[in-house]
Amino acid sequence: MIPAPFDYVAAQSPAHALELLDSLGEDAKLLAGGHSLLPMMKLRLAAPSVLIDIGRLAELTGIRAEGDELVIGAATPHATVATSDLIRADAPLLAHSAGLVGDPQIRHRGTIGGSLAHADPAADLPMALLALDGSVDVLGQAGTRNVAAEDFFTGFFETSLEPGELLTAVRVPRRPGAAWGYQKFVRRANDWAIVGAAAIDGRIALANMGPTPLRARAAEQALADGAGPAEAAELAAEGTEPGEDVHADRDYRRHLARVLARRALEHRT
Amino acid sequence: MQVELFVNGQRRSDDVEPRLLLVHYLREVCGLRAANVGCDTTSCGACTVLLNGTSVKSCTVLTVQAAGQQVTTAEGLAMKGEGEAGGELHPVQAAFRQEHGLQCGFCTPGMVMAAVGLLSENPHPTEDEVREGLEGNFCRCTGYHNIVRAVLAAAAGLAGTAGAAGTAEAPGTAGAAGTAGTAADGERAEVGA
Repeated sequence: MIPAPFDYVAAQSPAHALELLDSLGEDAKLLAGGHSLLPMMKLRLAAPSVLIDIGRLAELTGIRAEGDELVIGAATPHATVATSDLIRADAPLLAHSAGLVGDPQIRHRGTIGGSLAHADPAADLPMALLALDGSVDVLGQAGTRNVAAEDFFTGFFETSLEPGELLTAVRVPRRPGAAWGYQKFVRRANDWAIVGAAAIDGRIALANMGPTPLRARAAEQALADGAGPAEAAELAAEGTEPGEDVHADRDYRRHLARVLARRALEHRT
Repeated sequence: MQVELFVNGQRRSDDVEPRLLLVHYLREVCGLRAANVGCDTTSCGACTVLLNGTSVKSCTVLTVQAAGQQVTTAEGLAMKGEGEAGGELHPVQAAFRQEHGLQCGFCTPGMVMAAVGLLSENPHPTEDEVREGLEGNFCRCTGYHNIVRAVLAAAAGLAGTAGAAGTAEAPGTAGAAGTAGTAADGERAEVGA
């Protein structure tokens, strides 16, 4: 499968990428690792006229601690996130999640910012960012704004990124001692979650239970009110309207959400 | 557009379309047919090559994304000298032959390159780490047992002749994958399964 023809330009800096986005218009797409975009282009589900390559901008890679947050460059590959000593110590849920994306070759190329901007509700990292109460830095003509995970995912493969904006970094709170659990139900190794659940302390996020990653708020409230994990997890699917597909109908997804939320809570370490 | 890169150590400069996938560049422009197009959807791993020493699926990399970088294919593992094929087998290739880590052979070049990449990141993998490290490569013949055996044999052989890893440049980013914290992760993996 071969993508439709397009032009290619390598950005020299984040500012240059913004200029290019501005001058090339809405038909231009940003390319980092290309592990979401290129498969879509090969299937002709996407046919941008120009790709602006930001995959090798040093400004967009790397991991650092900044006060009580970890800051991860948007073009940092999953493999680097998964094996970073800093992330494993201060946000192990994120390292674990990045280590479950695809397979080793995919993790060498795919990037954290790309996965979040792609906003697949069945993907690992959007759920992880929401569970961790993280945020993203977004660079636009007016400067950088910070968007909480809660506000970033707005719909099915949709985010609050505006045309002409660039996701530059991902921020997660440093919580070295927090107890966390992570569950993902799949039919095949390496696959996207049929349903996923990530819990850290009393906060629970779900994957593939709606058009965006979701908080299991009723279950969180029950925990806050003193319920045990099993009792709270019974409420994990409250208020969700999951989609149906060949893998699971709505009731089955709700069942999975309850079971996986319970396991995520019970296995918090 | 003009792209310059290194393929198996040789500098090349070619005029390519931006949409030319790396696997097609290697097979059709360079004439290197080891990397196979299997699934063409980033799943099967038959097209695995090393990019700056790190395993990637070349069906999902644009040639222009490899500009200025080192691409290594299975042909590049057994070089006599500069750009000349037909040298001694790389220890991983030798181990695949010795342990009969193949049947039809279609997945083998990708499997070998993934194994070389894995051993450069984790020179002393356990059997489980080999199996997980090759999870991006499908074999529809062998049932994987001899492949895993071959990679473990290669690791043991490479450990015996330190430094023989040769062609695979140290990736630099993911070096710490192996040891510290593996036990804890193993528990998580079981919980998650």
